[in-house]
Amino acid sequence: MTDAGRHERVDGTPYAPHTPEQTAAMLEAVGADSEADLFDVPSEVRFDGDLGIEPRSERELRGELSETFARNDDLTEFLGRDHHTHYVPSVVDDLSQRAEFLTSYTQYQPEIAQGFLQALFEYQSLVAELTGLPVANCSMYDAASGLAEAARLAGRVRSISGTRVLVPELLHENKRAVLDNYVDGTDLEVATYPMDDGNVDIDALSGLVGEDTALVYVENPTVRGTIEEHLDEVGTITDEAGSLFCLGTDMAALGLLEEPESVGADVVVGEADALGLPTAYGMGLGLFATRESFLRQVPGRLVGASEDESGRRTYTLTLQTREQHIRKERATSNICTNQAWIALRTAMHLAWLGPDGLVDLGNQCVREATSLAGDLDELAGVHAPVHDRHHFREFAVRTDQPAPAVAADLESEGFAVHVLDDHLLQVCVTDVNAAATDELVAAFEEAI
Amino acid sequence: MNHDQARFGDDDRYEPLLSETGTATVDVGSESPLPDELTRDELELPTSSEPELSRHYTRLSQMNWSVETGPYPLGSCTMKYNPSFTEDVAADPNAAVHPERSDETIQGSLELLAGLQDYLARIGGMDAVTLQPPAGAAGEFTGITIAKAYHESRDDDDRSEVIVPASAHGTNFATAAMAGYDVVELPSGEDGRVDLDALEAAVSERTAALMLTNPNTVGLFERDIEEIAEVVHDAGGLLYYDGANLNALLGRARPGDMGFDVMHYNVHKTFATPHGGGGPGAGPVGVREELAEFLPRPRVRERNGEYELYDPERSIGKVHGYQGNWLVLVKAYAYIARLGDSGLEDASAKAVLNANYLAEQLEYDIPYGPFHHEFAATAGDRDAADVAKRMLDYGVHPPTTKWPEFVPEAMLTEPTEAENKASLDDLAAAFNAAIADSDEELAAAPSKTTARRIDQATAARNPRLSWHALDDTE
Repeated sequence: MTDAGRHERVDGTPYAPHTPEQTAAMLEAVGADSEADLFDVPSEVRFDGDLGIEPRSERELRGELSETFARNDDLTEFLGRDHHTHYVPSVVDDLSQRAEFLTSYTQYQPEIAQGFLQALFEYQSLVAELTGLPVANCSMYDAASGLAEAARLAGRVRSISGTRVLVPELLHENKRAVLDNYVDGTDLEVATYPMDDGNVDIDALSGLVGEDTALVYVENPTVRGTIEEHLDEVGTITDEAGSLFCLGTDMAALGLLEEPESVGADVVVGEADALGLPTAYGMGLGLFATRESFLRQVPGRLVGASEDESGRRTYTLTLQTREQHIRKERATSNICTNQAWIALRTAMHLAWLGPDGLVDLGNQCVREATSLAGDLDELAGVHAPVHDRHHFREFAVRTDQPAPAVAADLESEGFAVHVLDDHLLQVCVTDVNAAATDELVAAFEEAI
Repeated sequence: MNHDQARFGDDDRYEPLLSETGTATVDVGSESPLPDELTRDELELPTSSEPELSRHYTRLSQMNWSVETGPYPLGSCTMKYNPSFTEDVAADPNAAVHPERSDETIQGSLELLAGLQDYLARIGGMDAVTLQPPAGAAGEFTGITIAKAYHESRDDDDRSEVIVPASAHGTNFATAAMAGYDVVELPSGEDGRVDLDALEAAVSERTAALMLTNPNTVGLFERDIEEIAEVVHDAGGLLYYDGANLNALLGRARPGDMGFDVMHYNVHKTFATPHGGGGPGAGPVGVREELAEFLPRPRVRERNGEYELYDPERSIGKVHGYQGNWLVLVKAYAYIARLGDSGLEDASAKAVLNANYLAEQLEYDIPYGPFHHEFAATAGDRDAADVAKRMLDYGVHPPTTKWPEFVPEAMLTEPTEAENKASLDDLAAAFNAAIADSDEELAAAPSKTTARRIDQATAARNPRLSWHALDDTE
């Protein structure tokens, strides 16, 4: 390998452009004999050992990693539950991968960052359009951190007296775990309210919400894929109690389902990555939108329209006095690096779909789920959907046979589904796997 | 929608908003399989054809500075070259799996995660690593939450304070407060480093942790690190390492060897994955053996040649819905494996050489030294923000300005290893030309960029955060 050209070199970084002559000239300019002399590290803490990481050429490594990933089984995934996959058009990959987007950073010099700032302003605008809420930030990490930040926002709003955060008993365990950590340093406490056949048990919720309630979190669609039928009532209950109503949803569902603002939602959180990002092992984009009155309590970055000296419309990061780099320990959140590039992709995907495309996609999510549930229900020993509700993308399935065994059989036939408990599975269908539903039904028939 | 375009005149460089090239309103309820009361009534969104979108986003990309465009010497942000091949590796279709797949069916992904954990542990001198935190600040929160769990596990319940040097990144302060701690700010010593006397005065039985960056935010190595560690440990506190400046130390010094108990890695900085206009990043956390049982769940391990996820018994729980920012982790793995020992060490060597060489060419005072991969020049009696705007006219991206605060009119500069001598000479010329310009020229800058100086005060006073808000005003 020692004879390899500079781009294949494995005895130093291939990404430092220095020739040996340049390195020598630079060392001379700074008056050092060697690079090592520039390191002001006392000998007691200097590292003289080997890390034991063998360098590889680019070609070797691509082959090696390609083999590594080939060890993942090629399954058709009917998985959802907070990580949903829709077809992402090629143009999103192509445009978002432009290096001018990909290798830029936070827009601290807005005069030479108008492109990304405008793209983020458009993302915020699209979120505002879909939620009806005027203030959307540039992203949280994922749905879980969005919910956790919503709870912390509720804790900071002065007109809210309570400290209880009410979440559904059917909440994804991961979301609950992140929420618990985020509220640990506050006086907030998390409690659950019961569900009734996959939707909010509205009577029970009504009895639970009181002056001690800071925030009520409701999902639509829910983690079981049911479409929530009581949003207006939740809005009324939270309004009367003076607590905040936080709605968890996603960007693909928002085109079809009730507009959050019209049902009284004060904060909207969720996964925005249902558009723009293919399956990426749980990598997400946290949606966060709220009312104007909570503007100064919003976590994360905001892009605002302004003018430059020539009177031209421009964009800039704004209200940075909420942020950690200015406000330090009094910041609304510690978030700095966020998911801006995924937000860019989501905006691109949404713009590509347009209003017709988004509504069609939503309708397809309802039709495919209804149809697949119906087909499975016709099999002996399978009951679907478990909840007598309308469904979006996914639904629970009851099996007479033990559910883990059924799922294992399906897996050996090339299909992945969720196991909820001993006799419950969950199946998620979108435009990506809809063509394989007949095969899934056939595999189910074999498995039971 | 037409918004207030007219108010801003007819500029040929103006790129219309998506909403200005046409929108349509769809009657949602009429075509839906759902009952009306469960759907929205109508939906208005922009309607652009794919060719229009292609041009729109291509033009926006051209109105944006990036590492690919030119030098991007933002101190503490580490904007280095992003190799193309890591993008290809991350795009492997076999790597795109759902996070709730069974362990047996994603052995390749788990193997990569285990491999990256191992690499990072070696690089940091740590015993165990989690890859879950989706950004550096999330890593800080994870680390401080682990410290809290550790103290609680020992019934050491009165530790209510986290000490943070005044020069630290704002995220350190925000993180400590977020975890419920009181923040004790540590003033910088006269040499720009931690003042041991001040530290002695700050630590107490209330100290949960000291959060430290080494080299610190002006690139200075905390030479007294062993004494610092001793003071903190003697008081029963833990030492937290902020990995933002790890690019200066690869293969030459390790936080674990310096006495740090817990650290985060900014893999998107140190290992050159793209910053994406503000993210995603990833902030893995490494800990000493004693703290491993508190790491977020699930963790990855190898048993009998198979990889599996498991939950540490005393785990703090979760800090991300799933396992963090997977694509960023894949790129970090590929980058580390590409460079190996010699490449990582060389990357640090060239980053430090570049910072020293650039500083040598500048006609600015640099109050502290010797420094590693970044340095804080001072604009003296000039306004650093104005000098930065003037640098835009010379075709370069300026450094981080007015931070850290203990350097007056600071210009925190980090060229990274990815610039060559000629590029650094050009950068130095821009620095030197800008500071030599008149007050009038500085005040009028930038004059050659697409947008002129942007009014940030009005943007904050009258927030207009969406295209709807453009219609609402005046």
